[in-house]
Amino acid sequence: MDLVALLAIQVLYAVASLALISVGLAIIFGMMRVINLAHGEFLMLGGYAAIVATSHGVNLWIAMLVVAPIVVGLIGVVVERAIIRFLYGRMIDTMLATWGLSLFLVGLTTAIFGNTTVGISAPLGSFEIGTYRTSTYTLFVIAVAIVVLAAIFATLRWTRLGLIARGTMQNADMAAALGVNPPRVYAVTFGIGAALTGLAGAVLAPVSGVFPTIGVAYVAKSFITVIGGGAAILSGTVSASALFGAINQIATFVTTPVFGEVALLAAAIVLIRLLPQGITGRFFRRGL
Amino acid sequence: MNQRWLNILGLALVAVIGIAFMILTPRFAELDTVLELTVYMVMAVLALSLALIWGYGGILCFGQSAFFGLGAYAYAIAMFNIGESTVPVLLAIILPAAFAALLGYFMFYGRISDVYLGVITLTVTLILFNAINSTAGPEFHIGTARLGGFNGIPGIPPLNWPGDRTAAVDLEGMFYLAAGSVLVTYFGLRLLLASRFGRIIVGIRENERRAELLGYDPRAYKLATFTIGGALAGFAGCLFANWGSFVSPTIFGLSQSAQIIIWVIVGGRGTLIGPIVGCIGIQWLSTALGANQPTGTDWWAKIFANAPLILGVILIAFVLLVPKGLVPTLGDLGGWLLGLRGRRGAERERFEPEAAE
Amino acid sequence: MAPLLQTRDLSKHFGGVHAVRNVNFTLDEGELRCLIGPNGAGKSTFFKMLTGQLEPSQGQVLFRGQDISSAHAHQIARLGIGIKTQVPNVFDGLSVRENVWLAASRLHRGEKARRLVDEMLERIGLTQVAGRLVGQLAHGQRQWVELGLVLSTDPELILLDEPAAGMTHEEVNKTAELVREINRTKALIVVEHDMQFIRMIAKKVTVFNQGSVLVEDQVENIMRNPLVRDIYLGKQAAAA
Repeated sequence: MDLVALLAIQVLYAVASLALISVGLAIIFGMMRVINLAHGEFLMLGGYAAIVATSHGVNLWIAMLVVAPIVVGLIGVVVERAIIRFLYGRMIDTMLATWGLSLFLVGLTTAIFGNTTVGISAPLGSFEIGTYRTSTYTLFVIAVAIVVLAAIFATLRWTRLGLIARGTMQNADMAAALGVNPPRVYAVTFGIGAALTGLAGAVLAPVSGVFPTIGVAYVAKSFITVIGGGAAILSGTVSASALFGAINQIATFVTTPVFGEVALLAAAIVLIRLLPQGITGRFFRRGL
Repeated sequence: MNQRWLNILGLALVAVIGIAFMILTPRFAELDTVLELTVYMVMAVLALSLALIWGYGGILCFGQSAFFGLGAYAYAIAMFNIGESTVPVLLAIILPAAFAALLGYFMFYGRISDVYLGVITLTVTLILFNAINSTAGPEFHIGTARLGGFNGIPGIPPLNWPGDRTAAVDLEGMFYLAAGSVLVTYFGLRLLLASRFGRIIVGIRENERRAELLGYDPRAYKLATFTIGGALAGFAGCLFANWGSFVSPTIFGLSQSAQIIIWVIVGGRGTLIGPIVGCIGIQWLSTALGANQPTGTDWWAKIFANAPLILGVILIAFVLLVPKGLVPTLGDLGGWLLGLRGRRGAERERFEPEAAE
Repeated sequence: MAPLLQTRDLSKHFGGVHAVRNVNFTLDEGELRCLIGPNGAGKSTFFKMLTGQLEPSQGQVLFRGQDISSAHAHQIARLGIGIKTQVPNVFDGLSVRENVWLAASRLHRGEKARRLVDEMLERIGLTQVAGRLVGQLAHGQRQWVELGLVLSTDPELILLDEPAAGMTHEEVNKTAELVREINRTKALIVVEHDMQFIRMIAKKVTVFNQGSVLVEDQVENIMRNPLVRDIYLGKQAAAA
């Protein structure tokens, strides 16, 4: 029984972390049809932002929850203005340019921080389920994911920004006709997507540590989550995270973490083949 | 008619320069230069494989390194088990080709769009990287060959002349083989592209729906193109495993895949010479920047010998500023300077209906 | 004799929108039929289902008695249905000659293919610009290129979606002449708005409205039909 509870928490954690690392990308992809291959590096930058801030005396929670999203969000806006905006409508070129950005950021952080893993120890200690011990921080990550998803839901559902966002998702031309200024919407969207990604990177930094090439570990997972989920930002991310997170964790439990990852990637490829429009292309079409 | 002669002249020029380079280099160059040039040639074959499937076939494969790596591993593993290189070389071509065919069937017949194709090929590469990386334990072996996980497989036996396992190919022979492979691949692809098949794949790249409405099945043509590309990349992997007598999972890695893409972008999509030039140029640049560090400078290594940083800047710059790549852009420029506007200088290379069938 | 093409209750809906609804359409061997109807009447969707570009939501398409409802576009093309789409659908990055060669090469090889290309270039009047990139040609010329592509694959049935759109008066006359010439050996379905053009070529006309067949009759009767005038010609007649 204790084992089941432990496994449940781990599955929930896998789902939550997958949702966290993917939701920023989902926003950018869902609204702008931009595939940002530097997404993994945005996560990495979030981790570094938190670590650098704490080493300068900033409180850990503020560093993770405030500093990291702001820093990465600003970087996102700069990237959108400097690179992405020249490539709208050229999906393949955007992928290539952001891949270049990804390499550049890896090189840059290696030059600054060196090719070593830096970490912050996970706060909050641990708790016991029967005979098993598990980190309390796991629960915190799950809570952050829930809060982030709820905040996105509320924003999309009840604010003017959300209305514009939904309009743009449905039809970019229509949004333009409504008098919205698409360039500004895009810059803001990209910034918000980047900020959420930075937040995710910072929140996961105590778990995984941070090093310049950590983005590679994230990027495929978040992509397939977004593509597997389909066009709807929220229901897509949540449903795909639930599916892949569960597969990953259960396969890990049965075999090894590496094969858990392989199972996740393989499952994703099969899913994309079966549902090219993603889960929400077939189900939950009216979701947000 | 004029165009046709220009075309033949170009081909002859490439042949003369290529053969001269191949014959003369080992006579005049230092041994370590020859060794360096050998790996450039090996990579040029890899560049040509992506030049075919992306530049002409319009299939953006982010995981060309998967086939390269498979070829290298197939050769290494078979070599340890067999000891004579004829079968291992064939396996290094057939296995990646079969894998490409399987993956291609899955993608093209599943009607997966271009963008998702990129993501899937990238994901497959990562799966292979992860899987091979985790096979460090002694329990992972195929026959007598241990997979070695992240440590890789060292001490791979070299190629030998077919049938005679004592006649191993030496360093100089390896250079001839690699340079010869580039030439044969280049002219082979030129022939392929001048054939009916080659023109149809270009047509499909230009307008898939139209090709379909004329009665061509784009899926079958793309599958064939992808499979040929996989075979070529696998062969390059075989040469690479020979060159260093060593393979490790990094050849499946994303940075390897990114490099191949960068060679093709820099040189020019839709040409064959371009990716060769891009491949050699980029590798030479990386080596030169790494080697020429002024003494007492720490920042130099951090910036100029930093391959990802430099490659990243190059990739962004080319996508934004020179999206056609060097060779077509220079061709256009040359044509413009000579007052041949409206003609398609170097771009012409990709499709030449007047050429022999 | 069995009809060349027949559809049975052919329908296509996108979500809740019925683009084509229960169309029963029959075309005889060698027939020339015009399809008219206001924008959004479902004519292009109908064409897309006939050529395998869209799978019908329901109903069947029979070509020479064979069910092609779920066949692939390339298979249908090989069976002998060719289409010239509304917006010229050609290989813009290739030359005129290369375009036509690609079409002719489906059936022929080598010297034969080259000869047929030359003949076709002559027939569509583009020999002079054979070496030019199709993307650089004027709209009307690109229409001719596409017509050349379709004819080079030697189909039994040719679908023309607004062949006269964007053409000059002179080109329209030339197109009408070509359509009549093609009709001597092949069946055609022509979607067109230009009534002048339809009068030049047509015998029987099918009127589409809101995804369904409204009426089907000889061209003279269609022009007099008050229902057709109301939904379609009315606006033009009022404007004239």
